[in-house]
Amino acid sequence: MIPVEYYVILSAILFVIGALGVLIRRNPLIIFMSIELMLNAANLVFVAYGRTYQIAAEIAKQKPIFDGQIFVFFVIAVAAAEVAVGLALIVEIFKAKKNINIDELNSLKG
Amino acid sequence: MHLSESVNTGFFFLAPWLVFAPVVGLLINAIFGKQLSEKVVGTVASLASGTAFVVSVLLAYSLSLNHGEAVRWVFAEWIHIGTLNLDWTFRIDSLSTTMMLVVSGVGTLIHIYAIGYMHEDVRFKHEEGRFTRFFIFLNLFIAAMMILVSGDSYMMLFVGWEGVGLCSFLLIGFWFEMDTLARPSWANSDAAKKAFIVNRVGDFGFLIAGFLMFWYLGSFQFDEVFKAAPAIAESAPWVIVAITLFMLVGVAGKSAQIPLYIWLPDAMAGPTPVSALIHAATMVTAGVYLVSRSAPIYTLVPQAQYIVAMVGAGTALFAATIAVGQYDIKKVLAYSTISQLGFMVAAVGMGAYVAGMFHLITHAFFKALLFLSAGSVILGLERGHHALAHAHHEEKPKIKGKRKEERELESHSGHEEHGEVFDPGDMRNMGGLRKTMPITFWLYMIGTLALAGIFPFAGFWSKDEILLDASLHYTSVYWQLTIAAFFTAFYMGRQIWMVFFGEARTDAAKHAEESPKVMTLPLVVLAVLSVVGGALNLPFEGFHNLGHWLGYTLGEVESLPLNLIVAGVSTVLALAAIFVSWLIYGRNPLKVNQPDPLKKPLGFIFTGMENKWFVDEGYFAIIINPFTKLSQFLADVIDWRFWHDFVHDTVIAGTYNWLSEIALNRYADQQGIDAFANWLGTATQWISANVRKVQNGFVRSYALSVLLGVVLILGYIIFK
Amino acid sequence: MTSDLIVFLVLSLVAIATALGMVFSRNSVYSALFLVLNFVTVAVFYLLLGAPFIAMSQITVYAGAIMVLFLFVIMLLGAESLAPAKALPWQKPLAFTLAVVLVVEAVYLIVSRAQQGMSITAPDASINNMNSLRELAMQLFSQYLLPFEVTSILLLVAMVGAIVLTRQEKGGK
Repeated sequence: MIPVEYYVILSAILFVIGALGVLIRRNPLIIFMSIELMLNAANLVFVAYGRTYQIAAEIAKQKPIFDGQIFVFFVIAVAAAEVAVGLALIVEIFKAKKNINIDELNSLKG
Repeated sequence: MHLSESVNTGFFFLAPWLVFAPVVGLLINAIFGKQLSEKVVGTVASLASGTAFVVSVLLAYSLSLNHGEAVRWVFAEWIHIGTLNLDWTFRIDSLSTTMMLVVSGVGTLIHIYAIGYMHEDVRFKHEEGRFTRFFIFLNLFIAAMMILVSGDSYMMLFVGWEGVGLCSFLLIGFWFEMDTLARPSWANSDAAKKAFIVNRVGDFGFLIAGFLMFWYLGSFQFDEVFKAAPAIAESAPWVIVAITLFMLVGVAGKSAQIPLYIWLPDAMAGPTPVSALIHAATMVTAGVYLVSRSAPIYTLVPQAQYIVAMVGAGTALFAATIAVGQYDIKKVLAYSTISQLGFMVAAVGMGAYVAGMFHLITHAFFKALLFLSAGSVILGLERGHHALAHAHHEEKPKIKGKRKEERELESHSGHEEHGEVFDPGDMRNMGGLRKTMPITFWLYMIGTLALAGIFPFAGFWSKDEILLDASLHYTSVYWQLTIAAFFTAFYMGRQIWMVFFGEARTDAAKHAEESPKVMTLPLVVLAVLSVVGGALNLPFEGFHNLGHWLGYTLGEVESLPLNLIVAGVSTVLALAAIFVSWLIYGRNPLKVNQPDPLKKPLGFIFTGMENKWFVDEGYFAIIINPFTKLSQFLADVIDWRFWHDFVHDTVIAGTYNWLSEIALNRYADQQGIDAFANWLGTATQWISANVRKVQNGFVRSYALSVLLGVVLILGYIIFK
Repeated sequence: MTSDLIVFLVLSLVAIATALGMVFSRNSVYSALFLVLNFVTVAVFYLLLGAPFIAMSQITVYAGAIMVLFLFVIMLLGAESLAPAKALPWQKPLAFTLAVVLVVEAVYLIVSRAQQGMSITAPDASINNMNSLRELAMQLFSQYLLPFEVTSILLLVAMVGAIVLTRQEKGGK
């Protein structure tokens, strides 16, 4: 018996760690990985709440619901797409600048 | 007066064509005139005028079938405001049809004459393109005159009144950039302006009369005014007196009476058909028509009638004396016209409306005849002069086709086409024309005898009727008119002797040529009318045709029998005057460069006659010069120095400059508004310079601000 | 303290530790490997939450395919560490502060608004039969058919985009 809030707190912690990675690292690959971590944290909450509702449906003898899991499935698909394009971009940037320091990409400024 | 609003019998439905036939004619000429030949243009215009005449005849016929009952043919709505209901209504009664017949009849004859006259006139003046314009104006005049005589209210009459005034202006100034001798000058346009401005004074009087009428009588429509007038005459007679006297001012303007007659002699600057049509036969009689039309009002106030009669009689005598001293053939006729108009005004003033209208009709015949014959004489002299000049200066290039500017240059540098200036209108340049222009001579003789009032010509009957009425009403008027009649016969005799008898005083007169048939035929018609016109209203029982006819409109008027004493006196005087003129001018014809034989015995009196009694100079001294000085004073001192320099520049502009410089510019603007605006700009710059640093290009810092936002939002949720 | 809770806490510690390791590793390869470990841990969570299909997807797609892609790129670009940042010196401390504040706020909010009775038991073995997977498939291909197809198009676009971006211009520059 684990209260669902525990999962949410874990998810929040993981999310903040991911955000921290985005904020303090200058390697775009690490930043990307941190984003993946944040997505995972979100997925965790989806599945956790999906599970609570599944249990409630079981108790009420209703049809089981899988909405949470299906959303996670979509998120994984989108993440895969995002990684494919993102990594391609990083490779191109590296080709152009011979460098992958995110701080070098600061020409769009006031 | 009987009215029938809807008359289905007769030709009354044709009434609008009185106005629209000439309008159609002038539109055709105005639009297609450039493509049409002179003959077609003249024919179109004459047909338009002739159509109006035919319509007039049909209307008169229908009216006689209707036993003279006045018909009001409502054509269009005009003004409907409050209690004022004005329509464009054609009034067909015996008075208006009489005027229509005269206007369109004489008008048509003059149109035909003008085809021949203008053909030569435009060539002598080298402006052939103006031929069409002349006929457009002429048709416009007929239309306006028809509006005047057919109007059913004083306002509609006023529309025509102004319309004919405009046409008069346009036609007097027809050769606006040259004088009568085709020299570059503004004399003709000055004459046109004079006519227009003097008429304006008269129109002002008419307008005031109209305002009074509407204010006190509540209407402009003739019948309603006449119906309301007697009650007002009982309660407030001065109103009717004021209306009639202000109307007299209008009459004096349009019909050239003292003191506003001065424009008419100058109006002779227009082409001769214009002088005949507008300034002798029709337009100038509008005043007489107006008084006749307003007969029911005038009858209410004998004082006003007396003033009208005195003005007319005074004008008749005064103008007749001036005519004696004139040398220009048309000027003599012009003053004669003023004098004869004086007769008519005196007649209508005395209440002798039939006599006035009778004289109006006969005068239209013989004065048109005289003017047109004078035009024929002038053109005859021109022809002679030009024939001579071309014979003498064969080698000289023709100047006809040259442009106007070149011509002006030439004439300015003294190279007149035919040497020195020759005035074909000056009677001193004539003499002996009886042989070279026989037809014109005989026509002129008929006109002269009619004007002089010799039995049995038309003028005798009409003038006698006026004199007879005068002898019964006002003795002073009678004597003035009788003396005027004596002078009339005298100056006409003088003219005949000077123009047609004796020896030719110039080569041009010697070689003068007769006019073509297109000009003489209308003259023959007019001459016949001048002879038999008296038959309209013979002073015998059963022959008062015109009196009976006009009686439908004016009420039954007493038809006076022939008074042998009055008729005898006037005839004897006229014959005596002709005899005297023969003694002076006929027995010893004028020699070349000889001064007028009257000059020596009469001395300063003749000088006065010659110079029109210095009336124009008097107007200049009393009105125009002080007015000019006042205007200059107002313009120079009041407007420019005081108003412009002082008030505007110094006071208003100065104060404004001071205010704007010191108060507004320095304090309010520079230190207030400007400072604030500058501060705004500086602040914006400072803020943006600082805010710009946030946009540093580092994605990490943007992400950080997103995180900061999330933290703040969550904090807000917690502490809400 | 039930066994569920012990398992949860241990797994949580592992997940947080691997996450921190990923963020703070100097070497990119280590970061990637930490992340793989983290993903596997999360997959175990999914199993505990009765979602075996998602757990397997997590391992195959994330830990397998995506992370392999990452490692490829890291190898391609070189995994050298960067010089210390010159710009934005205040970024790091501020980020840490904000992160801590955010965690505190999140925990406070979650705990203060916790609903009573919303707890999760570990599934028994019956959930791991094919029935639940069939139910999932039924829902995915009926109720969520359109989003599913859109996802497929999204993947196609991503694939095309990746190829276009990395393609060498023909004829060279």
